[in-house]
Amino acid sequence: MTPLAAFLIVAALVFAIGLAISLTRRNAILVLIGIELMLNAANLNLIAFWRFGPHSSGHGDGLTGMMFAIFSIAVAAAEAAVGLGLVITYHRHAKTTDLDAMTRMKG
Amino acid sequence: MIVCSASLMASWLAQDQAPNFTAAYHGGPSWIVQILWLIPAIPMLAAGLIALLKQSQRNLAAGLAIGSLGVSLLLAIRAFTHVLSVWGQGGVAREVVSFNWIELGATHLQLGWILDPLAAIMLVMVSFVGLLIFVYATGYMAHDENFTRFFCFLSLFAGAMLGVIIANSLLLLFMCWEIVGLTSYLLIGFWYQKPSAAAAAKKAFLTTRIGDIFFLLGIVWLFAQTGTMLFYNHGAGAMEPVALAALLSQPAALGLTAAGAIGLLIFAGAAGKSGQLPLHVWLPDAMEGPTPVSALIHAATMVAAGVYLIARVYPLMSAGATAGGTTVSLTVVAWIGALTALFGALVAVAQNDIKRILAYSTVSQLGYMMVGLATGGVAVGMFHLITHAFFKALLFLGAGSVIHGCHEEQDIRRMGGLGKIMPVTFLTYAVGMLALSGFPIFFSGFWSKDAIIGAAHAWPVSEGPFVLLLIGALLTAFYMTRQVGYVFFGSWRGPSHSHAHESPLVMTLPLSILAVFAIGLGVLGTPAWPWFTSFIESKRLLVDMHGFSEPGLVPLMGFAVVLVLLGLGAGWWLYMQKAVQRPATAPVHHHQQEHGDEPQHRPGDIVDVLESSAPIIWKWLANRLYFDELYAATVLRWYAALAWLSDWLDRRVWGGTVAAIAKGFRGLGWANKAIDSQWIDGTFDKGCEELVTGGGLLAWLQAGRTSRYLRVLALGVLVLAGLELVVGAMSGQVRP
Amino acid sequence: MIFGFSIAFLLTAALTVAGALAAALLKNLVHCALSLTVTFAGLALLYLQLDAQFAGFAQILVYIGAVAILVVFAILLTRGAGIAEYRGFSSSWLLGLSIAAATFALLGWAVIKSLPAETEASAAPAVTVQSIGAALMSSYVLPLEIVAVLLTVALIGAVIVAMPEPRTRKSGAESGGGQ
Repeated sequence: MTPLAAFLIVAALVFAIGLAISLTRRNAILVLIGIELMLNAANLNLIAFWRFGPHSSGHGDGLTGMMFAIFSIAVAAAEAAVGLGLVITYHRHAKTTDLDAMTRMKG
Repeated sequence: MIVCSASLMASWLAQDQAPNFTAAYHGGPSWIVQILWLIPAIPMLAAGLIALLKQSQRNLAAGLAIGSLGVSLLLAIRAFTHVLSVWGQGGVAREVVSFNWIELGATHLQLGWILDPLAAIMLVMVSFVGLLIFVYATGYMAHDENFTRFFCFLSLFAGAMLGVIIANSLLLLFMCWEIVGLTSYLLIGFWYQKPSAAAAAKKAFLTTRIGDIFFLLGIVWLFAQTGTMLFYNHGAGAMEPVALAALLSQPAALGLTAAGAIGLLIFAGAAGKSGQLPLHVWLPDAMEGPTPVSALIHAATMVAAGVYLIARVYPLMSAGATAGGTTVSLTVVAWIGALTALFGALVAVAQNDIKRILAYSTVSQLGYMMVGLATGGVAVGMFHLITHAFFKALLFLGAGSVIHGCHEEQDIRRMGGLGKIMPVTFLTYAVGMLALSGFPIFFSGFWSKDAIIGAAHAWPVSEGPFVLLLIGALLTAFYMTRQVGYVFFGSWRGPSHSHAHESPLVMTLPLSILAVFAIGLGVLGTPAWPWFTSFIESKRLLVDMHGFSEPGLVPLMGFAVVLVLLGLGAGWWLYMQKAVQRPATAPVHHHQQEHGDEPQHRPGDIVDVLESSAPIIWKWLANRLYFDELYAATVLRWYAALAWLSDWLDRRVWGGTVAAIAKGFRGLGWANKAIDSQWIDGTFDKGCEELVTGGGLLAWLQAGRTSRYLRVLALGVLVLAGLELVVGAMSGQVRP
Repeated sequence: MIFGFSIAFLLTAALTVAGALAAALLKNLVHCALSLTVTFAGLALLYLQLDAQFAGFAQILVYIGAVAILVVFAILLTRGAGIAEYRGFSSSWLLGLSIAAATFALLGWAVIKSLPAETEASAAPAVTVQSIGAALMSSYVLPLEIVAVLLTVALIGAVIVAMPEPRTRKSGAESGGGQ
């Protein structure tokens, strides 16, 4: 069985790449993609810890990690829907999805 | 009132323990006592229902009123027979129901009702006479447009009066007492558009109110001393030996004991309600109300409530009396009663309004009842009350019949010769008159009044009331004969175009029934067969013909008879034998009848024989010994001065203070504004400018670029996480 | 078994990271979305390797089947009129990259530094769909309900946000974007 650390490193890697996408790319949709990647990396962490942790039927019947991850999947899906809806609406108004061009919130 | 009765019923129904009963026999409560509260409640309920009816539903209103009082009468009769049977078996027939109404900390205010011989006989009398008067009123008020309202008030009055009778608690009695006063006000001022009627109603209410204030003081004092307001409560009531002993041992002011002082206070209330001196002034003016009202309220029942109250609290009034002496309270009652008796009789001689004569006669007879109570005990006073109720109601209803027949004429100088035109009225009126005068043997008034005179003669304290009562008896016979002579004898002195007529059956039938009772009730109180006394005092009845042979009794009775005949004879001589004629010279006009100061001489009115022979005395008597004027000059003037002072205080002193305060506040407001605009605004505006500048500076940071925000966010989280890890590593949480 | 890791793990891990890198570096947006899908798939395989079968299939169903499709739709709907993304990277890309690298460094350091003594996994837990369902209905019923509400709200919100507005005369005040 692969050790826990391996999974954690992979998750960290994916997380970092997702963060990089969010911070460096110009397209708003790519930012959302980055966010999804980060969420997935966190899910992987959760599942990995769940697998390598105790499975006693104490709290939550020993399914805590997996349940957390499942709920996280659901929430991420909802968030993606709303976020993409926002991008679409913005595009309808401004005809662009360029992040650097969205400066209306400038004080 | 609705709230009160609802709370009453709720509290009674919600009792944890059953209301306590005192049964004289069998050990169980009798059902009639349990439902005794229905007797006043049903007429009150009828009053409430009638209040919802339209003015046009006259028959329904009259039916409801008469029906409800009829039901009460039946229940009263049943209660009476119950008490009779208990008495007949030799028991003490006093049954009490009481319940807690309001809790005040550790004490309770209790209400309850009582059924004993006194209450039983009063219940039957009030409901019976009331029923007859109700029937009479349907005829008398037939032409009045406010028929329905009249019966609503009448019903309410009947209910309240019955409530006063059965009340076992001073509190309940007072509550019903006040309702009686209220309905009296409403009924006296029934024709409220007439200013004199409205003024009379107000006068009645205020005068009885003065009495009621003292009454309330007495009640509160009694409650404070004894902790109970119930009359009888298995030995814990206020009229029972334990409480009375406590009251006797408490000294009050002026050498009185608490019992004496409370007794006097309660008598003040009774004096107001029963028109004793000096609170009598409202009763004659109360004749402004319709005649059935006068008959019911001011002859038979409401004024009797005062007498009944004294009878109820008689144990209190007589507490502490030694054999051969009496208490202070009863002495006061006797003297005031005697003075009232004489006063009323004197003034009645010189009145010309048919109802006013009867009103003063009532005042006088109430004085007799008070003397009877004070000198002879409950039975003596109450017997006269019962007989008086019947013949005075008869007289008032007869007067109403006369007024109705003469088309609302009330001055006896403008009547005459009605004996032939209105035979039934004449006959019944004559019966009433003879009963009131005390004509011997056949008429009830003789027996009851003689009992009082005998008791006054035997009073150990003084012979004064006795003498006054004898003079009063003489005058009573005299003025009644004068009245009958004016009204029924001689020839018609009214307007020539109007003719009198006999009244309809619905009015003459009650007259006849009352006349029968006016004669028949006498048998209840003869010395040979003292049924009434034995009944009231729950003693065994002994038929004893030797009762007449009591020493001094027959001579006294004989002397009283002589006086009565003297009065009757003088009246006959002056007013009947030489028939009162209209003077042939002056023309007669039909004026609007005025009720007010007497005497009013309109052109064509005859001058009374006595008036011409002793004009000064006559003027004094006709003006009621100037009592009203005395009050107007003293009490009312003083009161008006007080009112003026209050007004001045209010406008100048209090108003000035308020205005000054207002000015002060205005000044404060101005100062506030100055401070605000100068300093605060200045500083505040400066501060705002600073904020705007600072905000401008900070806003520069917001470039509006999302990617930059993201980066800053990520950087911040990174730094935080890093810090946490570093610190954790350093403190050994993370293994190196 | 290369380096002590199984072949399966190495392959899936490589697939996942490669997909992520592709999503970061590709210029064509649709290609980015598709490589995202590959990453999702790789992660699903990793879940399967971790004996979290339910999570793995949920990942496939939700992420690949819904989120990725949604992203593709969004990309297609927001295509400019002929304007392609010529410069996909923002001007300060170096700063972002360095932040990401620092994050990875931090996380990696944390993982390495906190290796537990026991690195072998325990026996595979017996997780059935039935047990998950029972857990959902007992211990996790509250989060379940809340997530249901959340999804409903998000759905309605997304629809409302993305709904085309009725044409009004003052649409000029709302458009903009600070070019």
